[in-house]
Amino acid sequence: MKNRYILVLLLISGFVASPALFAHHGNASFDTDKKLTMKATVTEWSWANPHCFLKFDVTDDKGDIVHWTAETSNPADMTNLGWSNQTFKPGDQISVTLQPVKNGRPIGRVMDVVLPNGQTLGTRPAGLPAPGPDPSKSTPPK
Amino acid sequence: MLKRPVIYALAVITVLVSSAVRIQITIAQQSGTVQNQEAAPAALWNSPSIAPKGPQTSSPAAPPRDISGTWDAFNSGIGAGGVKSHAPFTDLGKKMADSYKPGDGPRKVEVGLINDPLDECDPAGFPRDLLFELRPFDVVQLPDRVVMLYEYQKIWRVIWTDGRELPKNPEPRWYGYSVGHWDDDSTFVVNTMGMNDRTWLDNAGDPHGADMRVEERYHRVDRDTMEITVKIDDPKIYTEPWLGLNKLVLRRQPKSFDIREMICSPTEAAEYKKMVADPATEK
Repeated sequence: MKNRYILVLLLISGFVASPALFAHHGNASFDTDKKLTMKATVTEWSWANPHCFLKFDVTDDKGDIVHWTAETSNPADMTNLGWSNQTFKPGDQISVTLQPVKNGRPIGRVMDVVLPNGQTLGTRPAGLPAPGPDPSKSTPPK
Repeated sequence: MLKRPVIYALAVITVLVSSAVRIQITIAQQSGTVQNQEAAPAALWNSPSIAPKGPQTSSPAAPPRDISGTWDAFNSGIGAGGVKSHAPFTDLGKKMADSYKPGDGPRKVEVGLINDPLDECDPAGFPRDLLFELRPFDVVQLPDRVVMLYEYQKIWRVIWTDGRELPKNPEPRWYGYSVGHWDDDSTFVVNTMGMNDRTWLDNAGDPHGADMRVEERYHRVDRDTMEITVKIDDPKIYTEPWLGLNKLVLRRQPKSFDIREMICSPTEAAEYKKMVADPATEK
């Protein structure tokens, strides 16, 4: 019971953007109060400094296609979080959760993605446990 | 002669016990708790830099006069918000600070308004390479010099230990001129000067001048732990010397750890500016 409580606290704290993750610049352009989740089709994945960025198309309510660009941290940080230059290829059907920019353009900062195989990749800094089963019940490593 | 069921039982028990022992040894090796045996990093190439979880097992004593190895401050080395605190600015220091528009720290501006020379892929310079993005770095000790090789921007520095003195009035360098000596068997002290004033001190737009002198102290606590302290002495910019880093803890990575590349490419930086930074700040 106590472990689950701690886990919930950690989950909540994990959504606060950590300066260590967005090393190059702060939150000034992003609407940190907003969180959008969209079904998307990948058009480009750029694994580069200072930020990797994902380009994807989203069909809005009117049936129009909106071209989005969302950044992540740099390749070194993203490697530590399990991402790679091969995480996406054009045409992948994914779900993206992001913080949009304040000026309303289709630009944002990725919080997490769900890949075609159902795997979720987050942008939480290393050291914070990912959400999952109660650690006290997990089996030891082989 | 033992009955057959007993023989079978003994055989099963023997197999189980020896398997259990082998599994225990494997687990111990993988967690690095076996003395003098290091766990391999999670990947042999582009080894991830992930802080170990849970309480640290105690390490053997440090070898004397030896700071060699691959050292990692993990997230504590990033310093995105700049130094924790600094001595007060002089008038000149304040003027310089006001002209630097940083992307993070207490004086941060919007992405499109940042004038950080790093964004154009200028060299980070010294000691910004210690105060910002201090990622894994190798220390190689040679008889007459210590060489440090950093992941961030693939920077390397030479610290002369052959007894030479720092130069008088040298041509300025992005990374200055360094000499080092041992204060005691576990503390290596580096003195650096001769930096140009084109670089920022940290990621928060704190300035430094060309007369700045920096002292690093590397205190090797035990075989796997080191503390780094960085003192900034720049009387034209700050009213008194102060510590940019104070006993920041570095953990030693295994010998086979492969430091990845993290290089600022001007064309990549321009692409990011075009795709994200500028549109994000358009009104």
